[in-house]
Amino acid sequence: MGSLFRSAEMTLCQLFLQSEAAYACVSELGELGLVQFRDLNPDVNVFQRKFVNEVRRCDEMERKLRYLEKEIKKDGIPMLDTGENPEAPQPREMIDLEATFEKLENELREVNQNAEALKRNYLELTELKQILRKTQVFFDEHEGGAANNPTESMTRALISEDSIARQTGPVQLGFVAGVILRERIPAFERMLWRACRGNVFLRQAEIETPLEDPSTGDQVYKSVFIIFFQGDQLKTRVKKICEGFRATLYPCPEAPADRREMAMGVMTRIEDLNTVLGQTQDHRHRVLVAAAKNIKNWFVKVRKIKAIYHTLNLFNLDVTQKCLIAECWVPVLDLENIQLALRRGTERSGSSVPPILNRMDTLEDPPTYNHTNKFTSAFQALYDSYGIASYREMNPTPYTIITFPFLFAIMFGDFGHGAIMALFGAWMVLKEKPLAAKKSDNEIWNIFFGGRYIIMLMGCFSMYTGLIYNDTFAKSLNIFRSSWKISNLTYDYVKTITTSHMLDPATDDYAGDPYVFGLDPAWQLAENKIIFLNSFKMKLSIIIGITHMLFGVAISYFKNMHFNNRLNIICEFIPQVVFLTFLFFYMVILMFIKWFMYFASNKKEDFTVGTRCAPSILITFINMVLNKPTPCEEGCLTSNMYAGQIGIQKFLLFCAFICVPWMLLAKPLLIQRERKKSALHPLNHNQLHSATENGDASEPIHMNNTQAQPPVPAGHDDDEPMSEIYIHQGIHTIEYVLGSISHTASYLRLWALSLAHAQLSEVLWEMVLNKGLTVEGWAGGIAVYIIFSIWACLTISILVLMEGLSAFLHTLRLHWVEFCSKFYSGGGYAFQPFSFEIILELAGQVKEE
Amino acid sequence: MAALPFIIFTVLWGGIGIVLPIIVPKGPNRGIIQVVLILTGVCCWLFWLCCYVAQMNPLIGPKLDKHTIMVMAKAWGDELK
Repeated sequence: MGSLFRSAEMTLCQLFLQSEAAYACVSELGELGLVQFRDLNPDVNVFQRKFVNEVRRCDEMERKLRYLEKEIKKDGIPMLDTGENPEAPQPREMIDLEATFEKLENELREVNQNAEALKRNYLELTELKQILRKTQVFFDEHEGGAANNPTESMTRALISEDSIARQTGPVQLGFVAGVILRERIPAFERMLWRACRGNVFLRQAEIETPLEDPSTGDQVYKSVFIIFFQGDQLKTRVKKICEGFRATLYPCPEAPADRREMAMGVMTRIEDLNTVLGQTQDHRHRVLVAAAKNIKNWFVKVRKIKAIYHTLNLFNLDVTQKCLIAECWVPVLDLENIQLALRRGTERSGSSVPPILNRMDTLEDPPTYNHTNKFTSAFQALYDSYGIASYREMNPTPYTIITFPFLFAIMFGDFGHGAIMALFGAWMVLKEKPLAAKKSDNEIWNIFFGGRYIIMLMGCFSMYTGLIYNDTFAKSLNIFRSSWKISNLTYDYVKTITTSHMLDPATDDYAGDPYVFGLDPAWQLAENKIIFLNSFKMKLSIIIGITHMLFGVAISYFKNMHFNNRLNIICEFIPQVVFLTFLFFYMVILMFIKWFMYFASNKKEDFTVGTRCAPSILITFINMVLNKPTPCEEGCLTSNMYAGQIGIQKFLLFCAFICVPWMLLAKPLLIQRERKKSALHPLNHNQLHSATENGDASEPIHMNNTQAQPPVPAGHDDDEPMSEIYIHQGIHTIEYVLGSISHTASYLRLWALSLAHAQLSEVLWEMVLNKGLTVEGWAGGIAVYIIFSIWACLTISILVLMEGLSAFLHTLRLHWVEFCSKFYSGGGYAFQPFSFEIILELAGQVKEE
Repeated sequence: MAALPFIIFTVLWGGIGIVLPIIVPKGPNRGIIQVVLILTGVCCWLFWLCCYVAQMNPLIGPKLDKHTIMVMAKAWGDELK
């Protein structure tokens, strides 16, 4: 059988690696990605393992790289991603790498520190420059003003009369100048006023250009202020307040000449600083550009080293300390590849002793490993999210590749909608490589992209079912000529029709042969379309559903054959098939009989097979199970479809009912007999003797059995008590018998959803697009233009996306519950190989988050 | 006459579901391709068959209103007398 039908055969291996060669060998195995290592020291703390130091060093390197990466991103330098995959470096190269990263990090930190200091300096100088420029205005007003200058008068107002009397000459005011954040100004002003009781005078001016805060790198708006006051006491108070508001104060000479000189000095210093700052930035940029070229490469290397040491930590150290012992799960078919990889690793490390790979016997369940490719992996994921298949059981994936899109399409049958979906899927499949290379973060897109093959197939099958349903955006195509025509009507009669007229299938309104491919387009126009479609689609759903379930039961046969479980075939598979076939598949046969036998006719002799005498399948089936006769209409003579129907139905029903106790009891009884037999066999004469002496055979034998040989001999699943086997089988039987009924009914969702889909798209056509199409004249063009866009949007969003999603979920349920319950146990666990590819991908994802 | 479409479609889907799987080239995915082709053939054939057989002996005819009858008569051939 092919690879995907069952999970790969696995074996547990023991691996002896020379200490020197271990690193290289594990590295080769990581490239190969086919080995799952087991933790041989699960009770050892992470910190006490052998290579914890190396792991820590790798962590440190990774941290440095992340720092570098952050800085590179900050400067917006593109990181070169060549997509190449460097091999894991030798352990001795680790020191070189460490040194490189250390140097880079230190250099960068130093440059950053310098740059920050310079920037702070620059900020101070700019602020000073602004102060000198702005305060010039205030001083000009102060000095150049006349006696009635407002500043002057205000100054005077600040000073009481007697102080003027005491002091002769102009009033000497002190002042401080500084810079403060603009949003603090109002509070600052209020504080000053209150603390100094209005005895200070504040002037402020905004600095128009925002300044960069060197510690955070944010752009902040600030204002220049100058405060005039008198006396030392006020001066200390003002300074305290300035400090409290984080205002920076700058010395500002009083004399205009000094101020001018200072301004000149500041300007030159700013210029000098600018050149230095530019050079620092250039240096930083050079360092980062050089690092950006290699950073992806370095990341890969460091992550690989770390992964290798993590794996080595899982190994056991031999007593002689000369070699490492590993245990791993390996696919049997790939043993040769693994041997080759190990040999390559040994050669690379220059070790003389080859590694030894021993197969081990184990009772443990091996992991489940399915070889998937890009096409099958999405389908496999559908089942993996339900439950990982047990080891070597039948994998439903290969069958799902078709049944899933097909069941979906039955619910989604519309040629137009299917075409949209198929084109979308095909586009993703064709543009696979460039789209995959983009690596989007958008989760929804990734889900669509991951399921591109499913989407494409779903679209294609929807186109097929759409053609069969003859639905294209709720309209029918008349390709093969409708079988219905207007032949017996006169113009005068048609004029008298008030509601509707039914074409008579018994006359030559009906051509005698059905429409060749799909539903007749005449039904699309008919008022009784739904009646006809319901009858057709319900029967269709049941037919498809029972076929699907029978298929599932059939798969259980192959599963049991593989595990050589004859007991299950006899006690479960056969009664299951009989039960399902004799009751439900019989119903399918009845449907076909009805389709073939009954037809509309006006002839008298055909009355018993005519429209009026056609029995309802559902009622026939219910009466068959209830063992009741089905009433028939007068003149039909019988409600039977064929001779001897009642007898055959009774026989089928009897067989089906026999199956219930068969399923329920046969297996536990057989197991019980087997156990008794095997319990009797090993009895020796001695025990028999003692048993007969006691006169009670069963009791002592039983006692003896449990004491003497606790492990029940092979042949049973395990040694669970009989009561549990009975209960288990009971549940299983009830589940199957009731399940057959409820699951059959469950397949009616195929009908329900397809009906809903068809109705929705019809409503959308009638209510939206039709409104535009019925507008006459040139306005009609505009109306159609607008309404078409609305209709198109609604079609995509509701009919394709939402309906598609709902049909997808229902299909998923039909596969998980109705199909899988027939054969799938799903009690396995996934094979998680040690693979660099997976590790790097995961690391990349974490980083992006 | 009714048998002709039946033969055509049975041959078509039979070809896809029976003949193609036999001539699939050897390769690691041969088994999968065979299963895919067989199931496609079976599903599509069954679906077509049900639709064809369900319409073969109609018990009811389409109920049409006045306008539809007139348009149908005009567009699909048989003019009203």
